[in-house]
Amino acid sequence: MNVVLAHLNAYVAVFLMVTGLFTVVNRGNLIKKLVGLSIFQTSVYLLYLSPGKIIGGTAPIIADRYEIYSNPLPHVLILTAIVVGVATLALGLALVVRIQEAYGSIEEDDVHRQSAPGEARQGGANGGEAP
Amino acid sequence: MSPDDILEIASGACLVLGAAFVVIGALGLLRFPDLFARVHAASLIDTLGIGFLALGMGLHAGWSQVSLKLGFIVALVGLTSPVATHALAQAALHAGERPVLRSDRRDEGPLP
Amino acid sequence: MTGVTSESIVLFVNTALLLLMCAAALGVVRLRNLFAVVMLGGVYSFLMASLMVALDAVDVGMTETAVGAGISVVLMLSVLGLTKTREAAPRHRPLVALVVSAVVAVSLLYASGDLPPFGDPAAPAHQHVAPEYLARAPVETGAPNIVTAVLASYRGYDTLGETAVILTGGIGVLVLLLGARRRRGGVRQGGAGESPEGTGAPMLRDTVILRVGAKILLPFILLFALYVQFHGDFGPGGGFQAGVAAATGVVLYALVFGVASAQRVAPVRVVLVMVPLGVLIYAGTGLAGMLAGGNYLDYSVLAHDPVHGQHWGIFAVESGVFVTVSGTMLAIFYAFAGRRQAREEEGAGR
Repeated sequence: MNVVLAHLNAYVAVFLMVTGLFTVVNRGNLIKKLVGLSIFQTSVYLLYLSPGKIIGGTAPIIADRYEIYSNPLPHVLILTAIVVGVATLALGLALVVRIQEAYGSIEEDDVHRQSAPGEARQGGANGGEAP
Repeated sequence: MSPDDILEIASGACLVLGAAFVVIGALGLLRFPDLFARVHAASLIDTLGIGFLALGMGLHAGWSQVSLKLGFIVALVGLTSPVATHALAQAALHAGERPVLRSDRRDEGPLP
Repeated sequence: MTGVTSESIVLFVNTALLLLMCAAALGVVRLRNLFAVVMLGGVYSFLMASLMVALDAVDVGMTETAVGAGISVVLMLSVLGLTKTREAAPRHRPLVALVVSAVVAVSLLYASGDLPPFGDPAAPAHQHVAPEYLARAPVETGAPNIVTAVLASYRGYDTLGETAVILTGGIGVLVLLLGARRRRGGVRQGGAGESPEGTGAPMLRDTVILRVGAKILLPFILLFALYVQFHGDFGPGGGFQAGVAAATGVVLYALVFGVASAQRVAPVRVVLVMVPLGVLIYAGTGLAGMLAGGNYLDYSVLAHDPVHGQHWGIFAVESGVFVTVSGTMLAIFYAFAGRRQAREEEGAGR
């Protein structure tokens, strides 16, 4: 039990990573894939930040009252990773919007079927109505 | 029992009370029959829950910058939470959700 | 308050938040209503941010809250307004995906057993560079917030690259969503917060409470963004968080009062100029260092005294980051909002 608790962050990060991976691979809806991808990304943040914590330490902002500080280096790396992640998410969402307008659907199967060579374009008949 | 001890006990009691209200609110969120009742139960968390938790933390911190920040946090939550609840309820009404009334349940027999 | 917490409390909070995050992630996989999936994604991000604060990563927690639970949810909901909101039933059996996931999981779990135990001060990660930064950063840069000092000064080159990546992402979104429309005059001027059906009627019958609430909150949001920006040396904060917070303020205004009103406050041309301007400021600071006789992005030569030079350098590059991040987030929001506007106008037969 102690071993599990000592590595719980890493185990949960792996679980979340695999959950995100499964969502991206198995689910056909593009927006769900993007949400799964963001789950994957945040699990990597968790994996990075957990080793930086020191029990008994505090946030790495120097003040006279404290002597032990948690490791600032993972924080620096993950901070930029988060904002870059939202930029790529926005790019993915822009692609989803364009795909919706071009194929009338954001289900991967419908898009593949419509874009397969030799098959006539079905022109958005496959359930592409907006809510 | 010095005043400090009394303060510590009061702080702990407020924290426990705040946590209890959060649990009660969550229970209501799960158990109530329709969206409007559930949102009403969840509002318990934002008012009594956060209020008591902040009071407990403030009593522990005494008169300092921390308790001033806690006061601001409670004020901010008190402002934003009703606005968000209102927007949620409005959107639900617009989407077609209607509250479950007692007249709807009458044909189901006595309430459990 | 001493601020040093005992091990059991840290472990308890840690475990509780991790379990909640697992539940949220499982909900994302299982649910088919896309609104619920997006909101669960936001809940997951917020739990992650709380966990980050519990792990002493306060800067990161602030950024994750603003980005993951704020801007990301707004963008995804605005895209959901343009597409269907229910996922189709899965047509493929999940066997292959499950097998692949299981293999990945098992190998990663086996490897993660070698990681150092949670919170161990003797872990290798704390032995080499980190104590150096903790010792030298306050002295050399004068900034008590080590994360800001490392981000803006010691690893300033990396941050320049990251800001350029944000710029590139913003340009990509603008090209995708504004390119075709530019023939018709650029980003559409939006009307009041219109219903997704495109009838032009306001989305909410009674918007008084929202308007009053938003009006009260907005000055505080913008003030907070500026506070976070300028106080980033001394507390959690910096350009990234401030940029996202400022953009969120304008997005709130746009959601409540309509995109047209927001575009009177933050005009599209100004926002489109802000997007590359921040990177220019950042790179220009580096050049200023070279012109003053030092290396690229060497702040020590920018003033009469190295520490003051570091202050000015960090201030300048954080301002650059703020300008680009807020401009990009806002430009992306305008692009999505303008797309829906154009879609409605086409649907109305104009």
